[in-house]
Amino acid sequence: MSSTATAPSAAPAVPPREHYLNVNFGVKSWLLTTDHKRIALLYLATITVMFALGGAFAVAIRLELLTPPGDFVQSETYNKLFTMHGVIMVFFFLIPSVPAVLGNFLLPLMLGAKDLAFPRLNLASWYIFVVGAAFTVWAILTGGLDTGWTFYAPYSTVASNSNVVAAGLGIFITGFSSILTGVNFIVTTHKMRAPGLTWFRLPLFVWAHYATSIIMILGTPVIAVTVLMVAVERIAHLGFFDPRLGGDPILFQHLFWFYSHPAVYIMILPSMGVISELVACFSRKRVFGYSFVAMSSLAIAIIGFFVWGHHMFVSGQSTYAGMVFSFLSYLVAIPSAIKVFNWTATLYKGSVAWDTPMLYAFGFIGLFTIGGLTGLFLAALGLDVHVHDTYFVVAHFHYIMVGGVLMGYLGGLHFWWPKITGRMYNEGLAKLAALIIFVGFNLTFFPQFILGYLGMPRRYHMYPEEFQVLNVMSSAGASILGIGYLIPLLYLTWSMRYGRIAPANPWGARGLEWQVPSPPTTYNFDQVPHVQEEAYDYATARKEPAHV
Amino acid sequence: MPALPFYPDQASTFAGEVDALYTFLILLSIVFGAGIALALVVFAVKYRRRGPDDRPELIHGSMALELAWSLGPLVIVMGIFVWSAALYYRIQRAPKNAMEIHVVGKRWMWKIQHMTGQREINELHVPIGAPVRLTITSEDVIHSFFVPAFRVKTDAVPGRYTSLWFEARQTGRFHLFCAEYCGTKHSGMIGSVVVMEPAAFQEWLAGGPSLSPAAEGEKLFQSLACITCHRADSGARGPSLEGLFGRPVALSDGGTAVATPEYIRESILTPSAKVVAGYQPVMPTFQGQVTEEQILHIIEYLKTLRPAPAAAIPVPPAGAPSPAARPQPKSSPKP
Repeated sequence: MSSTATAPSAAPAVPPREHYLNVNFGVKSWLLTTDHKRIALLYLATITVMFALGGAFAVAIRLELLTPPGDFVQSETYNKLFTMHGVIMVFFFLIPSVPAVLGNFLLPLMLGAKDLAFPRLNLASWYIFVVGAAFTVWAILTGGLDTGWTFYAPYSTVASNSNVVAAGLGIFITGFSSILTGVNFIVTTHKMRAPGLTWFRLPLFVWAHYATSIIMILGTPVIAVTVLMVAVERIAHLGFFDPRLGGDPILFQHLFWFYSHPAVYIMILPSMGVISELVACFSRKRVFGYSFVAMSSLAIAIIGFFVWGHHMFVSGQSTYAGMVFSFLSYLVAIPSAIKVFNWTATLYKGSVAWDTPMLYAFGFIGLFTIGGLTGLFLAALGLDVHVHDTYFVVAHFHYIMVGGVLMGYLGGLHFWWPKITGRMYNEGLAKLAALIIFVGFNLTFFPQFILGYLGMPRRYHMYPEEFQVLNVMSSAGASILGIGYLIPLLYLTWSMRYGRIAPANPWGARGLEWQVPSPPTTYNFDQVPHVQEEAYDYATARKEPAHV
Repeated sequence: MPALPFYPDQASTFAGEVDALYTFLILLSIVFGAGIALALVVFAVKYRRRGPDDRPELIHGSMALELAWSLGPLVIVMGIFVWSAALYYRIQRAPKNAMEIHVVGKRWMWKIQHMTGQREINELHVPIGAPVRLTITSEDVIHSFFVPAFRVKTDAVPGRYTSLWFEARQTGRFHLFCAEYCGTKHSGMIGSVVVMEPAAFQEWLAGGPSLSPAAEGEKLFQSLACITCHRADSGARGPSLEGLFGRPVALSDGGTAVATPEYIRESILTPSAKVVAGYQPVMPTFQGQVTEEQILHIIEYLKTLRPAPAAAIPVPPAGAPSPAARPQPKSSPKP
């Protein structure tokens, strides 16, 4: 495998190699670890639980929507189900998914560093995340939340009888985890790159996380302030948003979307970084137009802060403000398009392998393209008046967040699984699951575009009968999708113990993380690597003696 | 099983235009989506890995291609922007001769008032072929007035007046939905818009109570004792409201406000916010004493208070805007 010495001793008895997983054992060794790789696994376990919880709410939603009348649960319950599905999935799964698990694990490895810049801060971020998640889960268990994940005022401040303050506090706390992770990533990328690893030699995964970290730091404080204002108005009746107290409900929407639109890019950018890695490795090519893909991440991070008003085209916002926001929203479409074109061009004259991670990359590109193109529909002012707050929007953002973010997350998890666990998973089952997820996803969410254009509003517990056929299709798709998600949970868990031992570089990939053994040792590199090549240097590799 | 429709009924003049933009975007998406998918499949098959030692040539990129696939889409999306913004502008600007109807959203019902006095709940009757303008507000939380067959939607925001207009071009009964989540019975806050032939509509209008909102407003103006202060005689404690609507008003802090519905509403609920120049802030608040509908009635009444003829038009205070800003005669609401 790699030329790096792997066994600590050449003793013929071959004691098991020491690595970050077996260096010590016990609960304490995990709960007090400052190893970025172990913290990544702590996050992996936490967000998998949260995903299961959010998924359970989705199952209940799709069961209810099988029939037009509200016959499975009551309206109060239904409203809590979609609220808690959204809150859990957005704040406790999608936002931390790729950065906190894969980013945490890989950033130091890709940079040739021992750990993140602030290892203890990294552990603190996980604890803060768990405390925030616990608050929100507690709020759910003791009465739930029914405001929608958007917390629109004045409903959230004066009308809702649910646990708004407790759930909001959970989100407020979790925000600090996000901010600290962002700070850690930025400092690490600036200060801890190995010698020779210049900015334009960085893997695009790192560029994507760098751009994401900027958004986390600049945007998250705004949602924290907004949630706090909701809590203060609820508790102390200080008028920020309720007009009867002298507030302005539209102000809430400006503040909320100032964070929550960039938050979409917090979710999607890291996944885009994953896709760049996958496409390069499985076509053995440098990513086409590397610097354009890198800069498009920064462009998205910056322009993404100026498009929030496109959520408010029918809110009574001025016509001209709407036009400015629509214009800027069309501008932010361009860097996303650049990425899709460059990924596709990377395959050209490549050596394309159809391994599981690459199937997820294909899925990502296809579904993200549909999600992105339907974004053009929603940014179109005169058309958005009709489709705003309908299932068209629901379908659109699920194509981005599930079709995009989750496909990237699963693709990345499969790609780096051998590195993380030192084990290979069952390739046949993995391909089957990827296919089931792709089919189930499209059957779930494509009908919702049509449903939305026909006029079905989102967050409806009951609906007119003519919408039933499409809703049944969607629920059927959701059951397929659910099975698709269970399969990887099973075979990945199984592989941790019984999977084939993974070599250091099972995919023949470039990148520093593949030059250390699988799993890596606690401090990653025995010697500080000196980088002398460009990123994705697959063409040079062919001149070297077989790199296996 | 009935055939699955792809478009809702096209029951307003906007419907065709919105559908045209939608159809264009679908075609564009098919071209782009199919192009990407085709390229992916062709490349993935044609350049599939032949052996473990496959080592493709290095390709850095192509400035020409980058420019082409950045600027090409940019031109296309700017075209979509102009098209959709022009349509939005027309959706947002009601024609002057539109028939006025008031809508108040309240959890979980739509309360609707015609200018002739007809009231309805969760149903809106309108004539075919005439522009109709809805002035919308909410008594509690945000709602959204959505008629898919008309392709129009506007939020009902507490503390604000929003508006929406359409011209129906098909008779029949169409869905009315609340599109902004508003709590427990959000999905029950639904109703119908009934589009009628003009003659049938007039007949329907005549069938209801006949006290118009303006007349209701006049009654309120008396019963709430507004009249005791807001009189035309000099020395009254409040400014005369004759000819007020739509006019600029000089304020005691030196500023100017235009007497819009929002201004009048604020002056009723928070009188101290904007005090007319030359008067003391002595008016009590009417918060909690008038409903949103009653406020709309009072506004309608004030609209009917034409200035007393000829010389009686109050001279704008010194420093007021130039004659160009003088009020245009407002047409009174048509019955």
